[in-house]
Amino acid sequence: MSARDEILRALRAAAPAPAPLPDLARLEAVQYPDLRERFAKSVVEVGGRCVLVEGPLEDALRAIPEYAAARKVVSLVPGVGKANVDLACVSDPHDLRDVDFCVLPAELGVAENGACWIVQHGGPNRSGAFLTQHLAVVVRADALVHNLHEAYARVTIPCPGFAMWLSGPSKTADIEQALVIGAHGARSCTVLVTPS
Amino acid sequence: MTEHSERAAEFVADQQRMHWHDQAVWFVRNKRDIARSFVPEWEELRSLASQIKAHTLSRLPDYLEEFERNATAAGARVHWARDAREHNHIVHGLLRERGVTRLVKSKSMLTEECHLNEHLEAHGVEVVDTDLGERIVQFRREPPSHIVMPAIHLKKEEIGELFHQKLGTPAGLSDPKQLTEAARGHMREKFLAAQAGLTGVNFAVASTGGVVVCTNEGNADLGTSLPPIHIACMGVEKMVPSPEALAVFLRLLARSATGQPITTYTSHFQGPRPGAEMHIVIVDNGRSRILAREEYRNSLKCIRCAACMNTCPVYRRSGGHSYGVTVAGPIGSVLAPHIDPKKHAGLPFASTLCGSCADVCPVRIDLHHQLLAWRGELAARGLVPLHKRVVSRVGAWILARTWAYRIFGKLLRVLAPRIPNPWTRQRELPPMPRESFRAQWRKRVRPR
Amino acid sequence: MDVALFVPCYIDQLYPRVGLATAELLERQGVRVHFPEAQTCCGQPMANSGFFDDARQLARKMLDVFSPYEQVVCPSGSCTSMVRNHYPELLPGDPRVAALGAKTRELCEFLHDVLQVRPRGRFDARVGLHQSCHALRELRTGSGSERLLPPYSKTRALLEGIEGLQLAELSRADECCGFGGTFAVSEEAVSCAMGRDRVADHERAGAEVITGADSSCLMHLDGLIRRDGKKLRVLHVAELLEEATR
Repeated sequence: MSARDEILRALRAAAPAPAPLPDLARLEAVQYPDLRERFAKSVVEVGGRCVLVEGPLEDALRAIPEYAAARKVVSLVPGVGKANVDLACVSDPHDLRDVDFCVLPAELGVAENGACWIVQHGGPNRSGAFLTQHLAVVVRADALVHNLHEAYARVTIPCPGFAMWLSGPSKTADIEQALVIGAHGARSCTVLVTPS
Repeated sequence: MTEHSERAAEFVADQQRMHWHDQAVWFVRNKRDIARSFVPEWEELRSLASQIKAHTLSRLPDYLEEFERNATAAGARVHWARDAREHNHIVHGLLRERGVTRLVKSKSMLTEECHLNEHLEAHGVEVVDTDLGERIVQFRREPPSHIVMPAIHLKKEEIGELFHQKLGTPAGLSDPKQLTEAARGHMREKFLAAQAGLTGVNFAVASTGGVVVCTNEGNADLGTSLPPIHIACMGVEKMVPSPEALAVFLRLLARSATGQPITTYTSHFQGPRPGAEMHIVIVDNGRSRILAREEYRNSLKCIRCAACMNTCPVYRRSGGHSYGVTVAGPIGSVLAPHIDPKKHAGLPFASTLCGSCADVCPVRIDLHHQLLAWRGELAARGLVPLHKRVVSRVGAWILARTWAYRIFGKLLRVLAPRIPNPWTRQRELPPMPRESFRAQWRKRVRPR
Repeated sequence: MDVALFVPCYIDQLYPRVGLATAELLERQGVRVHFPEAQTCCGQPMANSGFFDDARQLARKMLDVFSPYEQVVCPSGSCTSMVRNHYPELLPGDPRVAALGAKTRELCEFLHDVLQVRPRGRFDARVGLHQSCHALRELRTGSGSERLLPPYSKTRALLEGIEGLQLAELSRADECCGFGGTFAVSEEAVSCAMGRDRVADHERAGAEVITGADSSCLMHLDGLIRRDGKKLRVLHVAELLEEATR
């Protein structure tokens, strides 16, 4: 008998009594009086910055010091002026090792935790989001939800594919619990909330 | 004396360090309390999470098969391992077939449980643990002392000294920011040079066939977006039915573990990257045996958040290493005796049964009841020290007979201050009353 | 109202004043107090060491002794919890178990829930309340720091009406004292470290008196206080209330 069959058989033989799946629709999850304000606050709490974009996106980006200083910029958001890496030519994820700044689009933002839903169908581009020294995430104001339940009701998880909740910059507290921003991933994360 | 009590005594003996460790871990319990206060529906979430896990465990084979179908459809290859040996064999086999000698690994308690690193290293594979805390203990050749904060038992000066030796940082440097920066540079080279990346699995979602990995550092993502091979190892109990259910756990996990609303990265891997491979190794290693035991079944709900460790007054004052087992603290003391009841017979007794763990557990595992159930099972199996059995038997005989109890009580009050007694090593005995309550009650004049 | 007093074995032998204070308090509320003399021990020490058969013997004796009464009151959270929460596991088939569990209450529960008294009296001291784990987390005499609930504490409510009594603000409101039964001896190092940390917390909060609902915890804390030469008075809540309301 294969390991698979043996394991499944052992689990079936264990036969716990049936237990129903609870009705999650009945849960009244937290709601906020001001969605955008709470989202911005949460982004800051997780170590990021949140900017309400009023004019052109490019101006908002240029106001980010790390973007202004960046030499190599990757963007998955169309129309980002400074992007100078032609992703179509990138076939090896290692080639993105010296990316200074990466601009990512988010489909959704969650107020309770400052998390942004970032979907990547592509191949080697995925590494850019993690190799980059600094990040900007662009999300629309009308794509904000209160909590993770609302979020999962709205997102589609690409199958096959990759998607993630990104909540602020990379961080660690592994050395005597001192919070250090910028562990292995991005050292900063600026969320740009664009008008609907 | 048990293994735990001996090691704990050593830990406590260094009073300053013990208090430092206790405060450091209590701080995390506090952060959890604060985070929880922002979720008014917290107690309801815990109940839902517990019920979702109970449901999933009651239909685990069905959900595993559904998961396998969907994961395979997304392009992943699913493997099954009965035990640690098979798990290690499968992982090594995958690496060997592809000529991999450089592996990066993000946190996985399962692989610790299986002692994967030792196995791979013995076969010539360089394994780099990429979580900062794990890398630190890997450098020191010791196990993690906490499942979420592996190096919580170390001071920054000690880590500074370690990095000076291993990474060439300046002697005496102990600033966490600078040490982390040094580790960043070192780890980046490892990520770029890796030929395969191995991750654990926080949650496996049956309806999508995807695995979810939660990190703050981004190490799991760096380890899987660069090399062309991703191996994800999971215990069978990591299943959740759907993304809707997943939301409940994601709202509880980081808040319970570190007091954050969510980890920086919550990555959903649905099959491999185009042009790359993804392998998922599903492991039993005794979990089906636990599932078959009604008293202990709830322990399979565990999402490895370590809230129980952070709140446990015994864990905080004895340190993870005093448990002698991969996963320490309350959940560890409930899981370990399944592995080796004789070796770990002391662990269910390394507790006052205060119940704090059960009240912080995001999936409502009745840890204190399971610890008591283990005490009963170990006693029934003859694995509790003989003198305890004798005291219990004799005590029960006396207490079952009121006349004997009265005589014994009187003797106790007379003799206790006069005979050597372990209690009096650090504590005074209470002053012995001349008369018991019942004797005084008899004499008492009752007001009308 | 008639009440049978369940006096735990260690209170009977080592802290008789707690039993007497309990009886006094109840009688002052017009309750007729009975003490069934055949009682000995609820079996908790045996059960906690895993010797369920030994505990079962004693559980059956308890059922014999107390089943005839309508109310049972006990000045101990852990012993009450043994009867209410653990007897059903020890003696699953016995119909008397549920009945006894339903009518057995710890003293503060009884005063707060059944008699619904809020004692008035005087006790001039800063008092640290030690919340015994079994009373708190098994009998739910308080909301506890772990759960997100509207805060409540039955013991605290009983103390609030006492003039001159100031409750000390502890930094860890409900951390375990480290007694834990045989744990106190078999894990002596951690047990005493936990107890000393509790005492230090009370000291820093300015407590002159430490009180609680379980003499087992108090015996451990008092043992450390006296060995370490500290000047804190340790009183069971029954003794405190009795003194305050004389």
